[in-house]
Order: sequence, then structure tokens, then C-alpha cells
Amino acid sequence: MSRIGVAFDKARADGRALLVGCMPAGFPSVEGSIAAMTAMVEAGVDVIEVEIPYSDPVMDGPVIQKASDIALAGGVRTADTLRIVEAVAATGAPVVTMTYWNPIERYGVDVFARDLAAAGGTGLITPDLIPDEADEWLAASDAHGLDRTFLVSPSSTDARVAMTVEHCRGFVYATAVMGVTGARSRTSDAAPTLVSRVREFTDLPVGVGLGVGTGAQASTVAGYADGVIVGSALVRCLLDAPSEADGLAALRTLSAELAEGVRTPTR
Amino acid sequence: MSADALAPVAGPQPDSTGHFGRFGGRFVPEALVAALDELDGAWRTAIADESFRAEFGALLRDYAGTPSLLYEARRFSAKVGARVLLKREDLNHTGAHKVRNVLGQALLTKRMGKTRVIAETGAGQHGVATATAAALFDLECVVYMGEVDTERQALNVARMRMLGATVVPVTTGSRTLKDAMNEAMRDWVANVDETHYLIGTAAGPHPFPAMVRDFVRGIGDEARQQCLDLTGGLPDAVTACVGGGSNALGIFHAFVGDPDVRLYGFEAGGDGVTTSRHAASITGGSAGVLHGARTYVLQDADGQTLESHSISAGLDYPGVGPEHAWLHDSGRANYLPVTDDEAMAAFELLCRTEGIIPAIESAHALAGTVTLAPKLAAELGREPTIVVNLSGRGDKDVHTAGDYFGILDKER
Repeated sequence: MSRIGVAFDKARADGRALLVGCMPAGFPSVEGSIAAMTAMVEAGVDVIEVEIPYSDPVMDGPVIQKASDIALAGGVRTADTLRIVEAVAATGAPVVTMTYWNPIERYGVDVFARDLAAAGGTGLITPDLIPDEADEWLAASDAHGLDRTFLVSPSSTDARVAMTVEHCRGFVYATAVMGVTGARSRTSDAAPTLVSRVREFTDLPVGVGLGVGTGAQASTVAGYADGVIVGSALVRCLLDAPSEADGLAALRTLSAELAEGVRTPTR
Repeated sequence: MSADALAPVAGPQPDSTGHFGRFGGRFVPEALVAALDELDGAWRTAIADESFRAEFGALLRDYAGTPSLLYEARRFSAKVGARVLLKREDLNHTGAHKVRNVLGQALLTKRMGKTRVIAETGAGQHGVATATAAALFDLECVVYMGEVDTERQALNVARMRMLGATVVPVTTGSRTLKDAMNEAMRDWVANVDETHYLIGTAAGPHPFPAMVRDFVRGIGDEARQQCLDLTGGLPDAVTACVGGGSNALGIFHAFVGDPDVRLYGFEAGGDGVTTSRHAASITGGSAGVLHGARTYVLQDADGQTLESHSISAGLDYPGVGPEHAWLHDSGRANYLPVTDDEAMAAFELLCRTEGIIPAIESAHALAGTVTLAPKLAAELGREPTIVVNLSGRGDKDVHTAGDYFGILDKER
């Protein structure tokens, strides 16, 4: 079983959900993102999701796009992402990478899988790669022992949910709403239904993302999902802060609040 | 000539999951797959339905004004050294071939029971065409347009608003066409139940490339028959400009099965493909994934999309439809770059010899034809016949062209 699988099992045994915190690599700088992700781990985030910044992130809302633009303008390269993965994995927290597909194709799918595994990454979340197009990634992830997290959506038919989870390893990513990343004032009504549909087809842990930004929302989602995935709200801590130190302080505060939320599931 | 623009014909088709060889496919969020499947199903049912085909044919004839003329441009021909036949898509309602695509997709939107269309636009031509069809079919219409482009093309913004559309300036990324497309995708993911994304070219995820191609392929069906009627034979070459590539596929498709007819697509070479300022995805880019399909893309060493440049806003896009990528790899069509300066020289030549102001996009096809004609004449040992897709009219470009030629009076 993968390191993430082990972490999910332990959380399940403890009667809580796992907190997955997402941050674009290289935002606000390579060193700054390592500091931010390390702070998140110290404040109680269980799994770090390192997003490779991309010029055309169609599944992301304005907050993550802005952070990605800052990272790219700072000159971050795909190879820097791997360095960040390695540094954050050294904290002991499982590190998963989220990426749009073109940067991986450009790097070379098998070469990237090899280098990600060597850096200590557990696998990839692929927002614009569906299993239908993923032959090369299926082979590379098998060859290098990496997890594959494909997304399921409220609009997915049962047949597609079944097909998608069959190709997942590690955990399944359920998108809570029809829309892009970004904190929302209400959590989704569609998410619990989607999670129970996924559970009809797999025993893999299910993480829920899109729109979660507060401890209370994390608690609600922890009531029905195995993992709570938070991105934009964490990124905003750094974007809105007057200084990097203030940003890190805000990031620690929110991470701790979310960590408390996933430990007190609303049932 | 058949009024049935969608009657089955021979010609290249993607596989059942939308691949043209190694290109095409669907690189999209799972959230969109259901909508793409619904669209694919609706499209397949519609083209098999004679009443849909009749309705589309009637709209093309009575509303869009097609078949467009095939006009023998004698004075232009004399300058170029070839018998040049212009497919006058510039004479269609809204001034370009794009009306064929938007009418087809708007009809399909109605059939799917959706009430809202969204579109991306660069220069505003596709936005205007979409707003036109939305008005005709009583659909809500939202057009995403890069903020930079809304400033460059203020007149088209006004046009869309006059037609009842909401224009949303896009402030993310490079604030141009590719970012407008990202924003339209985001809207679609969030509102897919009642919304159809009316993509403006033969690009994007399956089924868009093949579907859009089929809606505009009447261009080539008409031109082929018109050329036979006029000259008694097929042309030696067919030329078109290529941005996303719908006008080129529209005219190529009917000729792909004619081995003696050479197909030429002319890309926007900007300042030259050896510079960083061009929009020639095939001749100056590499294979990658952008906006839902694998195709040729302008990208850096890490797969980040590069900004494109062209004097023609309609060709200013860092990708190209996947069928073109495949026609290029197979060698069936030839793709060559045309610089801004070459395009503008051909623009002026057509204005002065024929009294026709072409779209700057179409001027790229004319410029490529000017270069091609003597080579083809030498190869064939006679004057060649070349059909050029004059895909749009140049009214929208008068300001750009006036600037370029320095013929605008100073601000009064």
C-alpha cells in the first residue's frame, strides 16, 4: 500500500478525515513555497498537494491562477517542483503532485514518473487527464510505483465513476461542485451524494475538494469523506498578507483551524 | 448544387473517441465529459436527421446567403501568374465563413434544450457571429474576450452588445484569446446543464473539431462543384489561412480525396517564425496539449503556453485544430508561414486589383498564393488554377490596415 493509503487508514482508525493542503510550487518563490508547505505540515496538515504551476489552468479559480502566475513570472521550472517535493517529503508528510497534463508530456511522462518517485512524491492528481487518454501515465505510474488520482464529478455517470475509480490508486478526488477551485460560503449538497456513489464502486479513500475554506466546512466534509482537500483558502493567506511572515502566520492559523475541523467530523 | 450541406461525404474522420492519429482526443476535466458525450450524441443524431439537415440548409441559404460565389479574380490573377478563383465567404451574413458554424451549433443548442450559449472571441468576429445566432434563436449569450482585445476591438464589443450579448472582459493571464478560452471553459464547467459552449473553430475537445469542420465543410463542397462548372476541372491547389483552422478545413475537406489537388494552409508568421513573435503553431511549435486536445502548440521547454503574435487578431492563437496537425504529419496538406508584411502586401494588392478589401486573416492565404503561384507554374509547366478561401471581409481591419499603411489622418 502507498504512503497515502497508510495515512488514510490511520486517520480512519482514529475516526477522523485526512487534511490535504494544496499550494502552487514556486509561490511566492521556490524557497517561500517550501517554507509555506513546511508550516502547513507543522500546523497539522496531513498531506501536501504540490501544484505544478501552469499557464492555462482551466480547473482553477482566480486565487490559484494568480498564485500560479506569480510562480511562473518568478521563473519556476518543472524541475524546481521536484526539488520542492523532495524538501517537503523530508518533513515526513506524504506529498502528492497536482498537475495539468501538458507540462508532464513536455517533461516526458516516464522520465517525470521516475524523477517524482525519486523525489519522494507519492503520485499525481490530474485535473485535465481522464483515464480514457491516460495509457502512457498508467504504464509509467505502474513502472515507478506511483499513485494515480483521477477526478470524479457530480456530472459523472455511474459507468464513468466505475471506470475512473478502477484506474485510481491511493485515493479518489471527488469534486464537490460543478465549477473551479475557490473557497465558497456554503459547502456543496452534491458532494455527499457523489461520495456515496463512489463508495458503491471502490474501497479506496475519497477526498473531497473545491470550495472548502473554514474549519466548520472541513468538519462537515469530514463527516462523509475520507479526505478534505483545501487549496484556495490557504493560498489566499499568502496572497492577502502584507508580508511573507504575516502570510505564514495566517497560513499556520488556518491550517490549525482546518486540522481541528477534520478531527471533529460532523456526523 | 445540393442544399444539403451535411449530406454524408467521403473524407477523413476521427476515431470513435475523437483522435486524428496521435492528435485530438479529450484532455478536459471529468466534469465536462458528460456534456461532451451529450453533444456528441446530439450531433450524431442531428446529422442523421433529414429535418435537421433541411433546417440547416435553409438557414444557410436564406439567412447566411450561401452558396458563396466562386469569383475569378482576373486582375489579381494577372499580377500573380495563376488563375486565381476566390471563394467569397466574405459575402456571407456577418462577413465571414464563421456564420456557418454558429448557425449549426445554435440549432444544436436548441435541440439539446439548452437556453444559454457562451463563446470566446479574439478579434470579436466569432463573438459577433455567436451573438447574431443567439439573437436569431432567442438564446442568452455571454462572450468572453481578453481585456486587451476589448480595447483593440471596441467596435465589435459594441456590435455584440447591440445584438443583446453580454461581453465579459477577461483580466487573467495574457488577457487575450487563449485566456478568453480558459474563462469560457470555467464558465462551462460551472453552468453546463443549461449552457452550450459554442467554440469558434475546429479545435478543442472531441467532438468539436470534427463537428465544427462538418458545419463549415459546405465551403469546399460548393467550391469543388463551382470550380468544375467554371473550369471543367479541379484546381491544382486550394489555399487558406490557418489560425484555429476552421475555414481551411472547411475548404480542404472536399478535396482531401483528390490526390492531384494540393492543399496549402498558411499560418500567421508575424515577424517571422525564427523570431519569438509569431502564431505559427505547426511550422513554429511542437506537439502538446492545449484547450482540450493534443495538437501543435507554441510552448516553452516546460510546456507552458507561449504568447502568440500576429497582425491578424483572428490568427493570433498559440494552438491549431488537431485535424490540421494530423494532415500536416500525414503530408496530405502543406503548412507554411506568412509574415505580417507579406500578408499586408497581398491585402493591398487585392484592394487595388479587385476592389475587394479582404480580412487580414484571408490576406495570409492570398500572400501564400502569391508565393506559391510561380513555383507551381514551374512545376506544372503551365499556368496553375488556384482556389483561395477568402474567408472574411476586411471592414473590421480598416483601422489596423490604416495604421499599417500610415494612411489615417492625424487626430483632429
